[in-house]
Amino acid sequence: MNIVVLVKQVPDTYSERTLRAADGILDRAATDPVLDEINERAVEAALQLTEAHGGEVTVVCMGPASAADSIRKALSMGADRAVHLSDDALAGSCAVQTARALAQVIGGLDHVDLVLAGNGASDGRVSAVPAMVADVLDLPALTHARQITVDGTTVTVRRETDRGAVGLTAELPALISVSEKINEPRYPSFKGIMAAKKKPVTQPSIAAAGIAAAEAGLASALTTVTSVVPRPPKSAGQKLTDDGDGGAQIAVYLAAQKLI
Amino acid sequence: MLSTEEQAVVGTVADWVDREVRPVVRDMEHANTYPDKLIEQMKEMGIYGLAIPEPWGEAPVSMPCYALVTAELSRGWMSLAGAMGGHTVVAKLLLAFGTREQQDRYLPKMATGEIRATMALTEPGGGSDLQAITTRARRDGDSYVVSGAKTWITNARRSRLIALLCKTDPDARPRYKGVSILLVEHGPGLTVSKDLPKLGYKGVESCELMFEDYRAPGDAVLGGVEGRGFAQMMKGLETGRIQVASRALGVARAAFDDALAYAQQRESFGKAIWKHQSVGNYLADSATKITAARQLILYAAERFDAGQRCDMEAGMAKLFASEIAMQVALDAVRVHGGYGYSTEYDVERYFRDAPLMIVGEGTNEIQRNVIAAQLVKRGGLDRG
Repeated sequence: MNIVVLVKQVPDTYSERTLRAADGILDRAATDPVLDEINERAVEAALQLTEAHGGEVTVVCMGPASAADSIRKALSMGADRAVHLSDDALAGSCAVQTARALAQVIGGLDHVDLVLAGNGASDGRVSAVPAMVADVLDLPALTHARQITVDGTTVTVRRETDRGAVGLTAELPALISVSEKINEPRYPSFKGIMAAKKKPVTQPSIAAAGIAAAEAGLASALTTVTSVVPRPPKSAGQKLTDDGDGGAQIAVYLAAQKLI
Repeated sequence: MLSTEEQAVVGTVADWVDREVRPVVRDMEHANTYPDKLIEQMKEMGIYGLAIPEPWGEAPVSMPCYALVTAELSRGWMSLAGAMGGHTVVAKLLLAFGTREQQDRYLPKMATGEIRATMALTEPGGGSDLQAITTRARRDGDSYVVSGAKTWITNARRSRLIALLCKTDPDARPRYKGVSILLVEHGPGLTVSKDLPKLGYKGVESCELMFEDYRAPGDAVLGGVEGRGFAQMMKGLETGRIQVASRALGVARAAFDDALAYAQQRESFGKAIWKHQSVGNYLADSATKITAARQLILYAAERFDAGQRCDMEAGMAKLFASEIAMQVALDAVRVHGGYGYSTEYDVERYFRDAPLMIVGEGTNEIQRNVIAAQLVKRGGLDRG
């Protein structure tokens, strides 16, 4: 089965991330860019599926030139090839524009059985792109998967969210977004790192990908950031002195917060 | 300086150390646990094949890259760098001097880590004077009969291949002409002692090897010709010294990183302690020493790859890096104050691990002898 994995380069989750004061856009220059961890899990899921069922893994990434490092990491893990959609005109794209652009690229690939994505990038946290891509491509969307099983042309996933677990089944082709619980991604082997150098990475222009320049980028985005306010610092909380009635005082506090 | 791919190799090991090693190392250290799972992951990544090219291996790297991988492993836990150091030296010995049969027999499985290798030089009666070793391999028909003892052999029990430095002709003059390297495997007549107790370097075993009428096949001599072992091992030790210098660099780096973080987080007299000049000076001096040690190691490693003689340069790197690692580890203890003496922190481990690199792989006194002799022989330092 041939699998497309959508990957995104994001600022290192473990570093301090800030928004630019001028336009409210994430300040990417301030941190080290890395392959989003959730995408490593999506790549791992794709590799496990192709190891079990055969087929190839194509990585699709929309992002600036520096995203080549993240693509290389996915190839080092074992993906076979990549498409890197990179054009200054795409900068500032909203979720809908991004989904349309990614769908154009995926639509141009031969015989795709499955599209895998993370359930949400750690930078924007919009977490809508996978479902939007499925919508544009008219594929069933099986989101928040923590387990994937493929049997013939049928795919079954176990969706797990804060509200509970659900089983979902669809016929291929389909799109699946994975949750953090799906697997532990492998470390690239040194052999994989050396081999990645020779794997094909195509870089279509937006015109070749079938994206109209007038519809791309910040100027025609459907969403606009109007203002940015830093999260207020954590308040100091309330200190209780335990004079033998500490437990009762905590109970009174929790009851006042309607927590008990 | 490293290629993009080699930077990715070092970066992968750094990520692995941060995610898999640092969270568990303190418990493993204090329980003296052999790191089975970590070693398996190291095999999968390709750590054991770093020195082995095609047709036997798949992903060899340059000596500078190898040095920086070693330093990253050691930054997590020096014992991990110890679990692959001797292996690499033996791989380099096989590549440089082995017969094709010896290369074909060992290198493919060494590249995957299925066969691990170690070298046996030091004897209970002496370590530094290698020409005076007393382990004897006597030719008897189609085989060699080996008698003698070796000590401080790291990974002794888990290494299937041992590169044994021994005398095939004890009467040869000069003495080094009677030295050979025998490629031996575990079998009747070879006994491995219980683990030797150590100050640091926990988790991996260091043992004595006792040979008593042990029989090795006649084709076990490295390169197939007797009497070349001393020169072969001197070449192998260039790699060994760069490796040990890199271990020291990793320990120093770990100690410094912890000290730098702690000095920003801990406050006294109303400010972060790094702002007290006495503490800030430790950080400045440590970072300067580490940067210098790294450059010395890379200099020796580049000379090695260029095929130039680098015994003096590797010796300088080993001498300097190990001495500064001890200093940086002690200064990290000072920066941490009482916590630096606590086994609930990591810095006491760096302080116990650092001395190994001072006395191991040729004591620093021996390194100075090598450096001085080379300086006289070469007519001083290069002008370049």
